[in-house]
Amino acid sequence: MSDDLGLWSVPLAILGGAIRVSTPFLFVSLGETITERSGRINLGLEGTLVFGAMSAYATAVLTNSPWAGVAVAGLAGGLFGLLHGYICKFPKVNDVAIGIALMLFGTGLAFFFGKPFIQPPAPPLPAIPFGAWSDLPQVQAALRVNVLFLAGAALSVALWWGFRNTKAGLILRVVGDSADAARALGYDVDRVRLVATGFGGVLAGIGGSYLSLYYPGSWNEGISSGQGLMAVALVIFARWNPLACFGAALLFGGAGALGPALQSVGVSQGYYLFYAAPYVLTLVLLIATSSPDRALAGAPGELSLSK
Amino acid sequence: MVADAAPSKLAADRPRGWTSLPLRAWLARRCEALAIPVGAALVGFLLFGLFLAALGKSPLQLVDIVWRGGFGSPFALGNSLQRAAPLLFAALCVALPARLGLVVIGGEGAIVLGGLAAAAAAQPLAGLPALLAVPLMAGAAMLAGAVWIGAVGWLQAYRNVNATISSLLLSYIAIALANHLIEGPLRDPASLNKPSTLPVGDAFMLGPMPVIGVHWGLGCGILACLIAYVLMDRTTLGFAARIAGGNVRAAQIQGLPVGRLIVGFTALGGAFAALAGYFEVAAVQGNANGTLAAGYGYTGILVAFLARQNPLAIMPVAFLLGGIEASSGLIQRRMQLPDATVLVLEGLLFLVVLLSETLYGRFKPFNPHLWAEKREAVPA
Repeated sequence: MSDDLGLWSVPLAILGGAIRVSTPFLFVSLGETITERSGRINLGLEGTLVFGAMSAYATAVLTNSPWAGVAVAGLAGGLFGLLHGYICKFPKVNDVAIGIALMLFGTGLAFFFGKPFIQPPAPPLPAIPFGAWSDLPQVQAALRVNVLFLAGAALSVALWWGFRNTKAGLILRVVGDSADAARALGYDVDRVRLVATGFGGVLAGIGGSYLSLYYPGSWNEGISSGQGLMAVALVIFARWNPLACFGAALLFGGAGALGPALQSVGVSQGYYLFYAAPYVLTLVLLIATSSPDRALAGAPGELSLSK
Repeated sequence: MVADAAPSKLAADRPRGWTSLPLRAWLARRCEALAIPVGAALVGFLLFGLFLAALGKSPLQLVDIVWRGGFGSPFALGNSLQRAAPLLFAALCVALPARLGLVVIGGEGAIVLGGLAAAAAAQPLAGLPALLAVPLMAGAAMLAGAVWIGAVGWLQAYRNVNATISSLLLSYIAIALANHLIEGPLRDPASLNKPSTLPVGDAFMLGPMPVIGVHWGLGCGILACLIAYVLMDRTTLGFAARIAGGNVRAAQIQGLPVGRLIVGFTALGGAFAALAGYFEVAAVQGNANGTLAAGYGYTGILVAFLARQNPLAIMPVAFLLGGIEASSGLIQRRMQLPDATVLVLEGLLFLVVLLSETLYGRFKPFNPHLWAEKREAVPA
């Protein structure tokens, strides 16, 4: 077998790219699913993602441990989520607008504190070489799977099961579908939403740590280009179903890998247009799955997005 | 509104006031609309001062630098006004759809496409008298912006696609498209290090406004805010839009063309945002290049929310933020703070002002309907 795969390297690179690029999408979309299932939308996860990336990188540089970075990113993300959840409990405060403000605030804080960490290298997160059986470097590269990706996959199954079969999942869904019904049952709606938004923030922060500690694997101010927001769109496409989030994240990751994959085989024409592929895909899917005259199937009833 | 019903009940014991009750009620509501956002902004600045103090920097030094860098001298003032001009247009792109209940955050895309369309239109127009070509260039920009953001409105109105998300996605797509065109088909072969389109030509460039010396984008931006105010608050069309924004079902039952209103107002917002790009090209840069995506669209979101989507309030807020952004370089150099300092301040202001929404209708002096309750309680 020759080392030159020719055009076959494109689908292979897209597959590898899908696995590599999809992890932040997966974590943010799972976090957003939990938040939206409680009836609120947090658009600030874009800012949380960037702050998570910065705090994880900074912690990894200072402590030399990537896992400490992941933990700090999750903690910081949780704080952002709790801030959103707390502010939104006040009457007349718009959760969408607060999300936009937190996007700006999170990004601003990340750039502010991240300035000294652009230069020094940080230890990366470990990956498992599932492609070791092959002697093709392209296959090996494509199948190097990061631990966080596997954790995200497991989490999506756990959440899918948990939403249906646990008490916490049921309370979350009741709160998200009808706040009045939840109050009648004696649940504190604001507290459930606070916890759900906080948990969503933790996952988004961890997603950010993947960006800076594995792929692309460095901290700079252009590290996220709207992944956090695309993940919110992805949740709608996945119909608030954690398992569908996993599939959708892979799809988006593949679209994101299209540009670099084509570039690697020498297609440089229209580089910027391929770069826009994930955004176009998101938009097309949103349009295709929306309906003009009824609310989205599976949407939580309290969600301002679908009202 | 409850407030309007109150005076009839109180007509009997009116003599205590120094002016008529409807006037006092009107004044009270106006004061609330001014006091709460100004108070919130002050709290935001105060929190940012604490943030700086916690980092061992002097908040007072920051105030001094922002004053000198943004407002203190004629040069600084001109710089701030120049930065305020695109913010006026960008904020209108948020404020107009907001009256219909849409949160549009993709103005940046319309700015970039507007600038690009103006630069592209200048080439076939070369040779025409400027009096004819300048409005055509501006028209090309407005058309591009209107189509782009109008599409966001159309998707929301007829396909139920969330405007916040679709506008941001379209903005990323617009920037990618513009980069592709600027570095590909529309590239000026002479632009080596900084890819850009062919220059629009000196004949089509706009000079500064008389007296203040800032380019015409400022004057047109102020005019656009005034037009938007009249349209929103003084015409039937604007009234219909506010009803549709308040309650879609009620508007539909009244037979209002909700879909067409949404498309119309988003398209107008997009056309305004595109003018920001047009003036960047035709009054500042001279061609379309990567600096069109300088973030004015995103700051414009903040301006619109700080102004509570009121076109008249957009003007002072844009001036304030223009001044703060103009002093950004000085903040970096004098205080050794990163360039994101302004971003942190803006995020904090944004949060506090949004949180202050919850205060409306809570303070008795501002709310005529609470006065009535109090007086009824006394005689019993």
